[in-house]
Amino acid sequence: MKFVDLFGRQRSATTAHHRLQVLLMHERCAGGNPDLIPILREDILAAINKHVAVDPDKVRLKIDRGEMVSLLEIDIEIPTPLKHPLERGATAVHFR
Amino acid sequence: MGAERRVVFDLIHVVQGSARLSQALIRDKRIDTLFLLAASQTRDKDSLSDDGVERVIRELRPSFDWVICDSPAGIERGASLAMRHADLAVVVANPEVSSVRDSDRIIGLLDSTTDKAKRGEQMEKYLLLTRYDQIRAERGEMLCVDDVLEILCIPLLGIIPESKDVLHASNMGFPVTLNNPTSAPARAYNDAARRLQGEQVPLVVPSDRATLFSKLLGRRAA
Repeated sequence: MKFVDLFGRQRSATTAHHRLQVLLMHERCAGGNPDLIPILREDILAAINKHVAVDPDKVRLKIDRGEMVSLLEIDIEIPTPLKHPLERGATAVHFR
Repeated sequence: MGAERRVVFDLIHVVQGSARLSQALIRDKRIDTLFLLAASQTRDKDSLSDDGVERVIRELRPSFDWVICDSPAGIERGASLAMRHADLAVVVANPEVSSVRDSDRIIGLLDSTTDKAKRGEQMEKYLLLTRYDQIRAERGEMLCVDDVLEILCIPLLGIIPESKDVLHASNMGFPVTLNNPTSAPARAYNDAARRLQGEQVPLVVPSDRATLFSKLLGRRAA
């Protein structure tokens, strides 16, 4: 067994937790019980899309629900125009 | 529950009027005060009508302290029929993504489609977390209790540890609480039942694991 496998398996509960949050955020929204967070997410994405084309696959979101406040983190990767043939890359926009 | 050979009439017979409720109730051979009403083994559950189920539950109410409707797993018509007339609900979930997700949807239905919700009352809901493995949860290999509670946001009734005893008892046609009452899952189910009755029972995950100390003692005694 590779060390990476071992590491990956150890963190599977965190992955499960995040998957659930994403799944439920969509379902709770669709189920006629709209939450503020998914609406915000859509609006933020729409606002960014007005100015920069964003690949939906490059959008990672994470929600932490607390008793007093919920935290929405959106990581959006926006491709940067090529300045130099060798200089490729992407800008990561991090909202928190 | 091991009563399969004793079923003559089932819930569908009663709902459709081809048998009386008293004919369909099967007295459990192990517990005098427990009666079983079988769901149909063969016929389609779609032949159950909402009015029929309501009538049966109304007839059962005065005779029993508790009427437990075991809902089919998942989010289907059977589940909504079982929950429709409930006073309180015990949501049973495993620490798995699909199970927690379905539970979330069931909780949504409990709060919107049940009679109690339609009367504007609050449905009492509790979570029973089954097949829980404390060690794997601690290692981060399994959703932990807090993860599930944070997502579902309903009070915890009990945690049933993953155990071979459950399948063994089920194979034998027994509830684990009767087949092996001292096993960890049996103790956990008993504690959960006492909490449901309003007793204050501390919430711990019972374990079958022998401590090093008891192992040493056991070895010395043997």
